[in-house]
Amino acid sequence: MSGTAADGVARFSSLQAVREGLGSVGYLADDGLSSVVYLADRLAKPVLVEGPAGTGKTELAKATAGFLGSRLIRLQCYEGLDEAKALYEWNYKKQLLRIQVERRAEDAGGARAPGWESLEEDIFSEEFLLTRPLLEAIRATEPVVLLVDEVDRLEIETEALLLEVLSDYQVSIPELGTIRAKQIPLVFLTSNNTRELSEALKRRCLFLHLDYPSLERERAIVLAKVPGVSNELAEQVARVVRSLRTLDLKKHPSISETIDWARTLVLLGIESVDLETARATLNILLKYRSDIEVAAKELAVASGY
Amino acid sequence: MLDILVGFVAELRQLGLPVSVSEEVDAAEAMAQLPLEDRQAIKSALGATLVKSANHWRAFDTAFEVYFSIRGAQFLLDGEATPLGEQDGRAEPAPDGQHPEGFGGTETATAEEIAAMVIRALRDGDQLLLSAIARLAVARYAAMEPGRPVGGTYYLYRTLRHLDLEGALARLVAEARARASGELDDEHPGGAVLRGRRPGQLTALEERLLEDEYNTRIEQLKTEIEAEIRRRLVADRGAEALARSLRRPLPEDVDFMHATREELVAMRKAVQPLTRKLATRLARKRRHLRRGALDFRSTMRHSLSYGGVPVEPRFKHPNQAKPEIWVIADVSGSVASFARFTLHLVHAISSQFSRVRSFVFIDGIDEVTGIFERSETVAEAIQKVNLEADVVWADGHSDYGHALTVFYERFGDEIGQKASILLLGDARNNYHAAQAWVIRELRHRARRVFWLNPEPRAYWGSGDSIVEQYTQHCDAAYECRNLRQLEAFVEHLS
Repeated sequence: MSGTAADGVARFSSLQAVREGLGSVGYLADDGLSSVVYLADRLAKPVLVEGPAGTGKTELAKATAGFLGSRLIRLQCYEGLDEAKALYEWNYKKQLLRIQVERRAEDAGGARAPGWESLEEDIFSEEFLLTRPLLEAIRATEPVVLLVDEVDRLEIETEALLLEVLSDYQVSIPELGTIRAKQIPLVFLTSNNTRELSEALKRRCLFLHLDYPSLERERAIVLAKVPGVSNELAEQVARVVRSLRTLDLKKHPSISETIDWARTLVLLGIESVDLETARATLNILLKYRSDIEVAAKELAVASGY
Repeated sequence: MLDILVGFVAELRQLGLPVSVSEEVDAAEAMAQLPLEDRQAIKSALGATLVKSANHWRAFDTAFEVYFSIRGAQFLLDGEATPLGEQDGRAEPAPDGQHPEGFGGTETATAEEIAAMVIRALRDGDQLLLSAIARLAVARYAAMEPGRPVGGTYYLYRTLRHLDLEGALARLVAEARARASGELDDEHPGGAVLRGRRPGQLTALEERLLEDEYNTRIEQLKTEIEAEIRRRLVADRGAEALARSLRRPLPEDVDFMHATREELVAMRKAVQPLTRKLATRLARKRRHLRRGALDFRSTMRHSLSYGGVPVEPRFKHPNQAKPEIWVIADVSGSVASFARFTLHLVHAISSQFSRVRSFVFIDGIDEVTGIFERSETVAEAIQKVNLEADVVWADGHSDYGHALTVFYERFGDEIGQKASILLLGDARNNYHAAQAWVIRELRHRARRVFWLNPEPRAYWGSGDSIVEQYTQHCDAAYECRNLRQLEAFVEHLS
């Protein structure tokens, strides 16, 4: 296959470099995650990141762009997104203006009007092209990171839009021909798994499932993200959150909610979590009334050994 | 290495994972990019290239452990020369250098000493000690017989029974309690939860957190033991043979009727996207019919601006066809686990569609639409259905005939052309009258009638099953024993 690091300069020198790089911008990666990012660069393949909400899927792309110092180009997906919003669009108004000017000049008895062909060539040139995120990522001359966020919100038909860009890193524009990437962008796609993505898309990507972090990693994240938090508090926060995640809730607390909770506790000047403070601040971790009730009850109940 | 990869991919395909050739090529390329000695990196590389669904991760994990099992020098089985069976009763030699302080040679460790080690390892969360215990315990207790074609569950059970982890947990919690209240002076603090806290009774929250911590460690120990057993089995019988006996169905292939608790949980997660799919399929259908009939008046009106030429035809807005779904589910004992699953499905469907009416029956029938609407969670809904729904008429044995007749009398008039009816059940009628005419009538009134049967097609019509009498009047009948089949049904629907 053609798409190896030979096409461009490899972004990462080693697995270790990826982990340290992500760490340097405050994103704590585990082994699996960093090897997938490393491979994405080496194999020139997009990464499809899937997992529950708030586990740092979007953040991963931002952090990668951050430590590489690359521009981050973001395409937010939603139902009804189309070519004109994702790939490119002709600047219709400007084209119209161009034709008007032509006619005006003709009427004024100026230069002989150019033929239709040259006019067509003119108005379908790059000058009249409005680039949208996907095309922009392809045309960029410097290395960029492309983030296609919440790709599962696209309808299954629109998904096909991405395929050409993701597998061959090129965009075909009928009037202009095929635009090939000058550099291979590092692509991240995120999905909340609200629907099954098409086989064609999945086959082209490296798959990365981001789950809730282990206790140690979550504690480290809290320590890194929350200024002024003590070791003990971070440990307790991580433990309470882990216990909550074992309960049968509608929505389990995400990493971002853990961080918010830790921040709140620090602001309130609380040094150690007890049942009362936990109960009083549960609404930061859990967003459903019924979940809060279940959690408040459950946390106080040890199974009675 | 390539041979192993090819064998591994073949095994994944055997398990039912869809691995394409291009993905296999990717995997090989990915492996070439990574240092081979970094086992974890290789594993995530293979995972990223070969497994494209979180549901399949478990199957991948097991297969990986079997095919790429650790065979380093420090992991040598004790005396590879001696057959497995003969080690019975003798423990393996102490893992040298792993525990300098040691326990005075684990070969001679008595059952009490092992138990003490377990407690200590769990209390301190000592990873090395945990894996040492796993190895020791398997050698001591599992009594593995070479050549027996088993998957290892039995050995796991046997080992765990001897270790008595439940008891260990109880002891640990009691110990922590005693230590917290200052009755026990300690050199080994009981985990970080208690570090730096003022002495005093353990609060309920602390106790709970402590317990969760110990439980996680116990899970770790179990995983270690499982891995150890697997490693020994691989050494005994080779990877392929073991992989064969370890094969377990993927979540989408698990039979509803015989699903274990964990399998049900996995299925529940998988159902959610499926119902969304169902919803989008129906919604798309509606959107595609964007145009209604030609609006003659408007077309003429617009033609005026083109000098009377109807250049631009205008259309009426179509009537929004809102699908109405009626779910009628058998909740009798013979389909109990299917019924539980069905209720999950119904709950998921009713959260996606605004117009769902649900009914449950055994020999009587009751509407449960309201229960599902009022309930916050599935668990709550199911509990309420079990408690409140009035589904027993005579003796609480399935009587489709009676249930359907009552349904028709009470609700038949409300069924119109927009309604799609889903009937879920095995139609095992205990030799009551079938009253199949009800289905025929429903078919006339409703848009579509489908029957989903959790039994294998081969059993339909055997014994007291009268499903064929009903399904001859339905638009279609589907065997619906696992998620894959349910998905096929949803695909069919559009």
